[in-house]
Amino acid sequence: MKLWHFNGGLPSLAEHKNESVNLPIEIAPVPTRLIYPLRQHIGNAAKPLVKVGDKVLCGQKIADAQGMISAPIHAGSSGTVISIADHLIPHPSGFSAPSITIETDGLDNEIELTPHTSFRQLAAGELVDLIREAGIVGLGGAAFPTAIKLNTQGKTIQIDTLILNGAECEPYISCDDRLLKERANRVVEGIEILLYMTGAKRAILAIEDNVPDTFTSIQAAIANNQNPIISAVQIPTIYPTGGEKQLIQTLTGKEVPSGKIPADIGIVSINVGTVHAIQQAIIKGKPLTSRVVTITGEGVNKPHNLEVRTGTPIKALIDVCHGYTKHAERLIMGGPMMGFALLNDEIPIVKATNCILVASKQEVVTEKQAMPCIRCGLCASVCPVSLLPQQLYWFSRSEQLEKAEKLNLFDCIECGCCDVACPSHIPLVQHFRYAKSALKVQNHEKHLSNVARERFEAREERIARDKAERAERSRKKKAALKSKPAKEEIDAAVNRSKAKKNSTEGED
Amino acid sequence: MHFLTSNAPFIEPQNSIQKMMLWVLIALVPGIITMIWQFGFGILANIIICVSTALIAEAAMLHLRGRPIRPFLSDLSAVVTAVLLALALPTIAPWWIPFIGAFIAIVIAKHLYGGLGYNPFNPAMIAFAILMVSFPKSMTVWMLPYSMLPAESSFSDLLPIILDQQPKQAVVDAMTAATPLDEMKTQLSLNQTIDEIRSLSIFGSLSGQGWQWVSIAYLLGGIILMFKKVISWHIPVGLLTGLFTISFAFYLFEPSVTPSPLFHLLSGGAMLGAFFIATDPVTAAATLKGRFIYGVLIGLLTYVIRTWGGYPEGIAFAVILINMTVPLIDHYTPPRVYGHK
Repeated sequence: MKLWHFNGGLPSLAEHKNESVNLPIEIAPVPTRLIYPLRQHIGNAAKPLVKVGDKVLCGQKIADAQGMISAPIHAGSSGTVISIADHLIPHPSGFSAPSITIETDGLDNEIELTPHTSFRQLAAGELVDLIREAGIVGLGGAAFPTAIKLNTQGKTIQIDTLILNGAECEPYISCDDRLLKERANRVVEGIEILLYMTGAKRAILAIEDNVPDTFTSIQAAIANNQNPIISAVQIPTIYPTGGEKQLIQTLTGKEVPSGKIPADIGIVSINVGTVHAIQQAIIKGKPLTSRVVTITGEGVNKPHNLEVRTGTPIKALIDVCHGYTKHAERLIMGGPMMGFALLNDEIPIVKATNCILVASKQEVVTEKQAMPCIRCGLCASVCPVSLLPQQLYWFSRSEQLEKAEKLNLFDCIECGCCDVACPSHIPLVQHFRYAKSALKVQNHEKHLSNVARERFEAREERIARDKAERAERSRKKKAALKSKPAKEEIDAAVNRSKAKKNSTEGED
Repeated sequence: MHFLTSNAPFIEPQNSIQKMMLWVLIALVPGIITMIWQFGFGILANIIICVSTALIAEAAMLHLRGRPIRPFLSDLSAVVTAVLLALALPTIAPWWIPFIGAFIAIVIAKHLYGGLGYNPFNPAMIAFAILMVSFPKSMTVWMLPYSMLPAESSFSDLLPIILDQQPKQAVVDAMTAATPLDEMKTQLSLNQTIDEIRSLSIFGSLSGQGWQWVSIAYLLGGIILMFKKVISWHIPVGLLTGLFTISFAFYLFEPSVTPSPLFHLLSGGAMLGAFFIATDPVTAAATLKGRFIYGVLIGLLTYVIRTWGGYPEGIAFAVILINMTVPLIDHYTPPRVYGHK
């Protein structure tokens, strides 16, 4: 299959898979507590369906989606709801947010599941509903509700290509790789479901070429399945080839237009972990309550790939990995390029968590001494979106945010390539994040002030109009008065009062 | 357990200014060795005076400006500027020429504009241009290559010039000459043909005796830099293409009185300029397309100055003048961003 390539990227990040890539997936034990932040993705937070003190079963829906971009949450084990209150959430801000905490009873009693082994008997719309009800979101990291991606109703553009993203391009992470190695058949069945739902003409499963044995196992599963429109392809290991836009470019040569989504060019791209979750939700009827997480880094004694119930506090998983080593320096959720550092290990695993990296001092940079930009352009040469990071940096730093916006700041995917390439060690991505949020605030304020101005102008106009109308009315009145001679008016009035007087006298 | 936080990416930066500058210095070694081989140890005197002056001036300016001294001094950018200037100066310049030059480069051309990353003009070339304009006599007397020195003479006979003492005029006359580019210009103005001029002893098979090998050594160093990805190909290729194209066009037109394109490419500072000077990232265009254009413009302007200007060599002036166009070039050459038309 012909492959294209995207601009820049970092081929040198292909290391640090060995720590965990050969470790089979193990099932993590049920923790004593499960914590479910109600907001696990962009869009609306879920709305609790349980009260403190309620008994819940494994797989029971404990919070429901609110609105379109939202997903329900299901309990990962049986137990009692002990609190619905603020808890530290996995977020770069270190904030707390409303979460449901369940104390598990160790019985792990499950609700009754409704499997749909012959999914072809259901309509695509029904399958979309099942996926939405199962609380499935993108497990690659963005956690966007999957049902929205798969809802083809009312769409004019026919989906042509289904891309299955198995390109785990960040260092250290191996959860998707293990899933493809060990559960290839389920993933392939999941692909069949997705092909049926979207009506796509082909499905391409992409894997990086640094994991050849995974490619072999997935190819065997595809061969067994005997559907010629499903294929697996090895792509060059260049970070961030697993980024949705970069993967689409690599596989199809097409670019997703700025501000649009892949479906607008006939492509749906889904992470392989999500495909597995979809297969489980349809065939077994299991809602999304667990996922594979890589726990790795020099900061833990024994790295693991674990199937973890979402909601499990990180601490419980560290115990499975035989605890921290004395080198543990940073607790990172996600990979070292796009992940974020956590304040403590009470924070739970959420649906989007693919990796917990407990990094040592040698593995992470904790402090960088930034030098002035020397305009070398290395940042631009590695940017997978072909931006000019140095210009963006210049404008972000000098608060000329409109200029940064004009240079397409919002197309930045925050992959961190420029940061790693910069010889002056400037924290470019941080500057861009700041500039983006400042611009959003600015644009929002502009919007508010526009609304206020429009309202004010409308009010002024209305007042002016009323005034004009009043003036017009009184002018008409006056004109009418003038047109009738005053004498007549007075005579008429006199006659009226006389008539009235006569009639009242007659009554007496 | 509690942890400290910091921001992604957490991966070690792959590069540093110091590393890049070190590679530039390493890539200059073949050129420096060839210079010593062809023109003696005068170049080392230049380098030592320039580098020490530059480091002292850099430290003093950083101190005056209240900037941390260690990180900026150890980034080697001042050393690179100093070495590039030293390589552009005559090997037998009086000691105060490299001294003043390095001072101008660091104090005026670099720090008065805001220091590393903020100077709009190439500091080494600003210093060179000021020296050229201010001290034309000292800046145009070059030693003959070793192969052409009279018998029984040695580099030490010229030491008095470096020490700013009066050597015997006869020695000076016997051992020095104008640069090949200078000689070419003078002879052309005397209505000599290229064939007649090229038969003069200071010209070699490619360009000037001795000079041609120095140029080739710089080319070699430049290729190392491109291979190590310290520089991209756009500026050097642009510059050499610009210089080649315009010289070739005029050469086709009147070959008997026009130096060949090869002569232009291997004379004076063309190679040093293409790979080491015009590629100074701070003062060059930033976009890849822009860099090519920037290089081409320098190449064209170099030819114009060499052919019709008042000076035999045009690299320094061309670089400074084209530095001025950089914001304009960058403005009109943004790359196409993913997902945009």
